[in-house]
Amino acid sequence: MTGSETTVPWLTILAVLPLVGAAVVLLLPKGTAIAKQVTLGFSLVALAVSIAMAAKFDVEGGFQFVEQYNWIDSFGAHYAVGLDGLGLLLVLLTTILTPVVILASWYDSDGGRWSANTFFGWILVLEGLSIGVFAATDVFLFYVLFEATLIPIYFLIGGFGGPRRSYAAVKFLLYSLFGGLLMLASVVGLYVASAGNDGGPSYLLEDLMSTDIGTTTGRWLFLGFFIAFAVKAPMWPVHTWLPDAASEATPGTSVLLVSVLDKIGTFGMMRFCLNIFPEASRWATPVVITLAVISVIYGALLAIGQQDIRRLIAYTSVSHFGFIVLGIFAMTSQGQTGAAFYMFNHGLSTAALFLVTGFLVSRRGSKMIDDYGGVEKVAPVLAGTFLLAGLSSLSLPGLSPFVSEFLVLAGTFTVSIPAAVIATLGIVLAALYILYMYQRTMTGPLHPATELLPDLRAREVAALAPLLLLIVVLGLFPKPALDALNPTVDRLLQQVGVEDPQPTVASAETGS
Amino acid sequence: MSLLYLIVAIPAASAAVLLLGGRLADRWGHLLGAIAPIASFVVGLVAFVQLANGTDEALTQRLFSWIDVGSFHVDFALLFDPLSAVFVLLITGVGSLIHIYSIGYMDHDERRRRFFGYLNLFVAAMLTLVLADDYLAVFLGWEGVGLASYLLIGFWQHKVSAAVAAKKAFVVNRVGDVGMALAIMLMFTTFGSTSFEGVSAGMDQATSGTATALGLLLLLAACGKSAQVPLQSWLLDAMEGPTPVSALIHAATMVTAGVYLVTRSNFIYDQTEVAQTAVVIVGLVTLLWGAVIGCAKDDIKKVLAASTMSQIGYMMLAAGIGPAGYAFAIFHLLTHGFFKANMFLGAGSVMHGMNDEIDMRRYGALRGAMPVTFATFAVGYLAIIGFPGFSGFWSKDKIIEAAFGENLLIGVGALVGAGITAFYMTRLMLMTFISERRWTKEAHPHESSLVMTVPLIVLGALSLLGGVLLFNGWIVDWLEPVVGPEEHAELPIPATMITILVFLVVLVGAAVAFVLYGRDKVASNAPARVSPFTKAARADLYGDALNEVALMRPGQYLTSSLVYADNRGVDGAVNGLAAFVGGTSGSVRRWQSGFVRSYALSMLGGSALLLLAVVAVKLA
Repeated sequence: MTGSETTVPWLTILAVLPLVGAAVVLLLPKGTAIAKQVTLGFSLVALAVSIAMAAKFDVEGGFQFVEQYNWIDSFGAHYAVGLDGLGLLLVLLTTILTPVVILASWYDSDGGRWSANTFFGWILVLEGLSIGVFAATDVFLFYVLFEATLIPIYFLIGGFGGPRRSYAAVKFLLYSLFGGLLMLASVVGLYVASAGNDGGPSYLLEDLMSTDIGTTTGRWLFLGFFIAFAVKAPMWPVHTWLPDAASEATPGTSVLLVSVLDKIGTFGMMRFCLNIFPEASRWATPVVITLAVISVIYGALLAIGQQDIRRLIAYTSVSHFGFIVLGIFAMTSQGQTGAAFYMFNHGLSTAALFLVTGFLVSRRGSKMIDDYGGVEKVAPVLAGTFLLAGLSSLSLPGLSPFVSEFLVLAGTFTVSIPAAVIATLGIVLAALYILYMYQRTMTGPLHPATELLPDLRAREVAALAPLLLLIVVLGLFPKPALDALNPTVDRLLQQVGVEDPQPTVASAETGS
Repeated sequence: MSLLYLIVAIPAASAAVLLLGGRLADRWGHLLGAIAPIASFVVGLVAFVQLANGTDEALTQRLFSWIDVGSFHVDFALLFDPLSAVFVLLITGVGSLIHIYSIGYMDHDERRRRFFGYLNLFVAAMLTLVLADDYLAVFLGWEGVGLASYLLIGFWQHKVSAAVAAKKAFVVNRVGDVGMALAIMLMFTTFGSTSFEGVSAGMDQATSGTATALGLLLLLAACGKSAQVPLQSWLLDAMEGPTPVSALIHAATMVTAGVYLVTRSNFIYDQTEVAQTAVVIVGLVTLLWGAVIGCAKDDIKKVLAASTMSQIGYMMLAAGIGPAGYAFAIFHLLTHGFFKANMFLGAGSVMHGMNDEIDMRRYGALRGAMPVTFATFAVGYLAIIGFPGFSGFWSKDKIIEAAFGENLLIGVGALVGAGITAFYMTRLMLMTFISERRWTKEAHPHESSLVMTVPLIVLGALSLLGGVLLFNGWIVDWLEPVVGPEEHAELPIPATMITILVFLVVLVGAAVAFVLYGRDKVASNAPARVSPFTKAARADLYGDALNEVALMRPGQYLTSSLVYADNRGVDGAVNGLAAFVGGTSGSVRRWQSGFVRSYALSMLGGSALLLLAVVAVKLA
């Protein structure tokens, strides 16, 4: 793991900053706006730090902002962090979405079980832990942070949101518990496997990548990690916790859950499953691709059939996560760069969709599609942003999700035509689930209860604007993101031991 | 730096200003919106002159790299070659006229600024489509025009019918887009490139299976965008949009994108007879399909829409024939762009004067009240039926001739289509402008204002004179660098005979219409007792019914049963497990705390396991 050793521990500072913010917010007086303002302030400072780091980032430089200290010697556990292109993109996603969510959720904690200070405090805790998860280059550290993220999100879902939030929170925890246990077993197994190394046991990713784990053991340990990540992502058939959680939580919590936390699943597949278990990853590819394709189609069909707006969006995510996993296990540079970029884009588009529908629901007090109609007439800005967010979710060319979705499909096509063809049918279903929802809520005659629906306020527009702007800009100019991801993916494919298939016809050198 | 990019950038920037500008732009938005395509037209004209006088086969401009991953490279680059050039002039030229017309047509609409924003967005996307030099960039324009079409069909979205029609158009088009997307993936897998240059360079080494697959996938895409059978069902519904939209998007430009795609991909189709035959069959079926539907409709816009389907069928047929037909497909596309835009705007002018009435059974004798509209419409009418001397005569005649050169049966099909066209268009003329008054009380027909009639006059002139493009074989020579030299097939009967035959068939079609609608009174309500043929034609030949039975109902059944299964089955099992682990008490609260406790317990168990493992390793 070569990379520039920095003297200033920027990554630790970035992760600790929101945690400090959380502590400060909890100490502030309750019932005033000051806690919210301080929360927003901390998240904006974190955003500024992360942008400065991105500016310093050298795309060809491997892991950067590396810090490494021994933690528990007898386990071989370290405090080791660093960012490659994938990690950087997901850290940026986290730091971008957190202030957006804070701004959008300004009043959403009212009526919760605990005070606004608690709500916003937990959001900052979640931000800090998420940054840690995406930065960890030690498996043990990753596992601890992975499990630790459950605490803030559990309290965010269970404490603030709809009437069935307790049920949803517990269901979420049950699934995570199941996945986490399997991963724990694999983490223990890795310790055993690495104990035979010359340097003694080590959880460092770098050391584990060069550890010979053995085929059978490797496959078992792979499964432990993979299933935990598949639950997190979530993939069919372990997806049913998501619609409940995303529907009952506040919109902001849903964003943090689906756009950020769920990415740990697909991030983990790339960072840990593929790097540590290359043989097992190749071995599992046919099954994983099948499950991914099923997720794409199944999630989309379920989305079409939903009556509840929030559940509908949750199911679209099941479909989108199917695309991401498909791209990862296509094991081609287009597939994996597409999948990694998809994680970022899905974070943006789903956040926009959850937030704008959240604004809609907060005005009317109902999540049911049939309770709306003709909203476009009274709230054109809301309808316009809703449509743009929806179009990004259906991957309209010109918007950033298209770039990633097409890369995933093209990368898949070169290795499996059937998988690519079936997944491509998903684009028709995506048009159906988005436009059918849009038609029923925004168009047609005004529903009597929506006649006086106010349009978006300045605060709400300010929360959505950065997301929509990024979606449009990266749709036409995705180069910065792709340039950061390409070297990471190249190294990963080398580690897995696969190469891109060559074109079947060696055409004349053109276009270069 | 070349100014080529301005052709796309001007309408794109204007669309952004109009859509983001809010009410601030309400007062002058329509003017900016109308100036944008005119400015593009001027830049396009300059480029056209440069191309015509220069020695280069095309003007190009590379803007920036769009996607670059591994061996997958796509640039944003513009290609202004003879084929793109005629499209740029058609889109911006006819587009400008329609924008000007819309200033008057949409005068009373409070959302006029947004209407112009959407129209500009359409123009920018359509220009991207025809100027791109890479299939993926074509796809960007392709879906962009789909979006604009969606927004404009559903422009009056408070009407349920408009909103449903908009969604239908987008979804049906997406079915076609699957073909486009898969074709691009297959190109990348086969050639490692998706640019026109890269694909055409590798085409002669590709297997015939690959060529056929590419041809058929692109045909699927073309069927969606150009409303060809079996993806035709959305076009008639698309008439829910304001009439200028029908003229620009659903007649003159966007719906011809499929013909552009096939012609542009001539290097693919030239390698695959199977796909070429498929294109010919789709074209032939659609030209008859649309013509038959056109005979039974009383809604003036739907007659014109059915006629558009049918005329595009002619173009597809010609494009499918190959080098003998490409140039004539584009020639007919241009003349059709003139006369169909002319007639759609004419229909809009009639509706404007008739209190937005669309039923031709409530028209009649409008020639007196609207002389300019009548005169220009009559020119369009003579052009579409192929009256000698008018633009449509030259272009349709060439296609029918090429069809006879391909195969006698196809030639006869195209000939019959011409007869039916003459029938339904004569019927439209008689019911609208001739016959007796059947106006409703609210109707006070009057001629439209100058801002609307001047574009009609210009388009009328183009409909009359469009045939000059064939003068000295200009259009054929002009397109030769793109589609190759024209091939002449052996004709079963002499070309002059074909021309005479077409004229006779057209006369018969018109005469039948005159006998049925010109002599007796036209009923002001559609007769209910009609032949099964009329019934079928009125029901769009059961296209929608078939979709409903074959796709919609099974789809709805599938999703609802999956929703049921997901809630009860997968989820039920998990909930059952949860109840089992958490104890059977009904209290959520207790259940919940039970879980948190067992979770903590499991963490403890895990830690113990880890300790055990450490001990075990140390001892070993």
